[in-house]
Amino acid sequence: MENVLSIVTFLPVTAAGILALFLRGDDEPARRNARWLALTATSVTFVISLFLIANFEPGDTGFQFVEEREWLLGLKYRMGIDGISMPFVMLTTFLMPVTIIACWGVTHRVKDYMIAFLTLETLMIGVFTSLDLVLFYVFFEGGLIPMFLIIGIWGGRERIYAAFKFFLYTFLGSVLMLVAMIAMYQDAGTTDIRALMVHGFASDGLKVLGINVLGGLQTLLWLAFFASFAVKMPMWPVHTWLPDAHVQAPTAGSVVLAAILLKMGGYGFLRFSFPMFPVASELLAPMVLWLSAIAIVYTSLVALAQEDMKKLIAYSSVAHMGYVTAGIFSANRQGIDGAIFQMISHGFISGALFLCVGVIYDRMHTRAIDAYGGLVSRMPAYALIFMLFTLANVGLPGTSGFIGEFLTLMGIFQANTWVAALAATGVILSAAYALWLYRRVMMGELVREALKSITDLSWRERLVFAPLVAMTLLLGVYPSVVTDIIGPSVEALVAGHDAAVAEWSESPLRVAERTGR
Amino acid sequence: MRLSLNGPKARSGSPKGRAVDMIQSDLLILLPEIILAITAMAALMVGVYGGQDRLAPMMLWATSAAFIALAVWIGWVGQGANVAFGGMFVDDAFARFAKVVILVSAASVLVMGEGYMVRRGLLNFEYPLLVAFAVCGMMVMVSAGDLIVLYMGLELQSLSLYVVAGLHRDSVRSTEAGLKYFVLGALGSGLLLYGASLTYGFAGTTGFEGIVRAASEGTPLGLLFGLAFILSGLAFKVSAVPFHMWTPDVYEGSPTPVTAFFSTAPKMAAIGLLARVVHDAFGGAVADWTQIVAFLSVASMFLGAFAAIGQRDIKRLMAYSSIAHMGFALMGLASGTVFGVQAMLVYMAIYVTMNVGTFAFILSMERDGRAVTDIGALRLHSRQEPLKALALLVLMFSLAGVPPLVGFFGKFYVLQAAVGADMAWLAVAGVIASVIGAFYYLRIVYYMYFGEDAGSLDSPMGPAQWALLVASAAIMVVGVINLFGIEGPAAAAAAALVD
Repeated sequence: MENVLSIVTFLPVTAAGILALFLRGDDEPARRNARWLALTATSVTFVISLFLIANFEPGDTGFQFVEEREWLLGLKYRMGIDGISMPFVMLTTFLMPVTIIACWGVTHRVKDYMIAFLTLETLMIGVFTSLDLVLFYVFFEGGLIPMFLIIGIWGGRERIYAAFKFFLYTFLGSVLMLVAMIAMYQDAGTTDIRALMVHGFASDGLKVLGINVLGGLQTLLWLAFFASFAVKMPMWPVHTWLPDAHVQAPTAGSVVLAAILLKMGGYGFLRFSFPMFPVASELLAPMVLWLSAIAIVYTSLVALAQEDMKKLIAYSSVAHMGYVTAGIFSANRQGIDGAIFQMISHGFISGALFLCVGVIYDRMHTRAIDAYGGLVSRMPAYALIFMLFTLANVGLPGTSGFIGEFLTLMGIFQANTWVAALAATGVILSAAYALWLYRRVMMGELVREALKSITDLSWRERLVFAPLVAMTLLLGVYPSVVTDIIGPSVEALVAGHDAAVAEWSESPLRVAERTGR
Repeated sequence: MRLSLNGPKARSGSPKGRAVDMIQSDLLILLPEIILAITAMAALMVGVYGGQDRLAPMMLWATSAAFIALAVWIGWVGQGANVAFGGMFVDDAFARFAKVVILVSAASVLVMGEGYMVRRGLLNFEYPLLVAFAVCGMMVMVSAGDLIVLYMGLELQSLSLYVVAGLHRDSVRSTEAGLKYFVLGALGSGLLLYGASLTYGFAGTTGFEGIVRAASEGTPLGLLFGLAFILSGLAFKVSAVPFHMWTPDVYEGSPTPVTAFFSTAPKMAAIGLLARVVHDAFGGAVADWTQIVAFLSVASMFLGAFAAIGQRDIKRLMAYSSIAHMGFALMGLASGTVFGVQAMLVYMAIYVTMNVGTFAFILSMERDGRAVTDIGALRLHSRQEPLKALALLVLMFSLAGVPPLVGFFGKFYVLQAAVGADMAWLAVAGVIASVIGAFYYLRIVYYMYFGEDAGSLDSPMGPAQWALLVASAAIMVVGVINLFGIEGPAAAAAAALVD
């Protein structure tokens, strides 16, 4: 089983190919076959990925399950995972069957819908398993195509604007990264991520267009990668594509977008920006920290003012991603551990919240908050689940949200007290908008005529929520499930970063600069 | 240039016998071109005296079969680098690569256009033969080792193309396209000739090797002027900005199969010729021409990207798209390195494949027997023809350069060439232009998939056309595995061109 990573990665797209080639017609049996095949493929992928985690050595900080083959352009097809990518692979394979069940009710072009999701799964897993710069880019960018189609074909009323905005925004961000990747290839002569991590890109000051660039090449490359990952994250002020995309995407599309696609940005920071450009990361960390602080406070305030449930949750996602970026660039163990944990936990929580919106949207066909109220009397089970995830989103101890926020805040506090103080106000604000949303939708008298016949969760919906509830609570009370896997890798990451920064600040040129000043 | 002169081998015999040997071996090198020219002329006679257009479909198929046979011959049999007539005609790996691309694409375009031409009563026997003459000219172009040969090849190609552009004699648009193409093409040829005469005046020779020698110790100002004019003339043929003005009108006016032809084989030939001139004749003045080519590249990429946004006519849109793509191919050339040439060749091969597929689709766009070119007609085409729409979707994303499709690797290649030659600014400009350009490719996808009300579009497709569309889309997906081994030949070709 030495190519198990390739199997996990390409199994879904193989199923998509089978669907595309062999499934004919658009009648009910054909739809049922498409759904069942997609569910089977994603479930089998999840089962095989369990094999990965069973054989994974957390103590080994290098890459495991490595595969290497010749590819085009003198590049190599390289796959491998370490402690940092492992949880993301699991998150993806875990959430996809859930997503497929969640879109069981779709009747419009079911076959195409399943093909799009299966292709998307391959591309998402590939992002986390590729060990080659160009291969990573191929997966990273390739994900835009199915997502563009998912938003554009199955989305809401303004879907075309949202699809174009999503595609062009993220495409523009990542092409700059492409140029940077080519420059790295020229500089290091390889695109092997392992080799690039220890390559040590030049950090002597440069003059570009007459401006002195501190950190030189590293800073330029870092900025190009930042353009891509910051858009993907998304960070303030380049987050504006996200609310549109989320609101217009179908429920399952929103779930994947929030739970997995957003994590690619954070993963990119951890995989590329932070270890490969340590000096630039050190120099630019204050900027990221402050941008994150602004993101947390600003988008939380914006979330308070939303009239649309999905938009509110979308802005809350941006705020939560602010903790992630701040945690990563606090550059210490707690911060990064927390950031990864926060991403994983946010994957479950935000996915579940979008599903919650989907449940009532399917029934009432509106996302406007003031169209609801008093649902608790008609939908007790739904109210319970919505409550759980609302509180997890706020960061209630006992849920996974708390661990993520606590660890990141601890990390940020060590790096920058003011940013930590601002970020902590975000916790209060998130309680404000989330609980207020809950009150407006769930509590009070059920006065609207249309809501009087609304039904509680069906069995299929309960089945969708059950694994998410379990994971949120499990990670909340027993976070070691994740931290044990990521711990050693993160420790090595931080150690490497500290060493590189120390070497740089002790370099004669740097010392001369400092004493000269 | 690595040329092994295989002229007179130490053979015993009279001087006269040696001369005959020499001419014989020279002619052998030109054999594919000679065969093509003679067969085409003979077929022309048959057509004239037979006087029947009912032979036309047979001739069309025969011509494309001949193209394929020649491509196989050149691609498989050709070895090493041979020169004929004292360096005037070069047959090296570069020429062979370009010829194979030209021949295969011309054959595909001929075959897929048959249905369209027949339905509109345009398929007279001259059409395949004019294409054959044009292709013969292109083959001479990419093999030129001398300014005179260059001009001969170019004119043979251009004159045939002017006529095919105006093939639809009853259509004002088509005639206008032919005339416009002719007048502007003549201007381009004039510029080129003026540059060639300046070059001849300062170098004292029209042979590329002589010109290189003349420019070896510092380029004289006159030679630089010659270079600039030659480049301008060639830029006309490549349709690079600022010499692109004819492209949209000619693409729009010409019958669609002719447009498909314009956007594939002649582009490869013109850019191959450009590469040959700058590397073989002006290989000593790399620093001078890279600036010009880089400018052409940036201007083409941006104009192609911006101007296509407003287009609703799919043929005009493809015209601007081809301008933008030529900009990318020129980016490879602008780097001035061996790798740059390799990147350019790979890019062109990919571009030609994508365009063949796209035009196979455009050819089938009609409503009640009338050709439709408005992209609005594509509305919800995915409902009526899921497979064709999917193929076009793949081609559009590939044209936009989105991974994992092969179009991306073409872009990656040229970007790498640019960054490798310390032209990161060019690469950054290129990627920004490609994002802008992505918009209009996406818009076609949007029409096909996202709309609400269906536009009525019939798409009658012959089996050949259908096969080409699906094959080209499949190549864009499967090619990600190893680009079908095209890199090796492209590298050999580039190495043959540049020392």
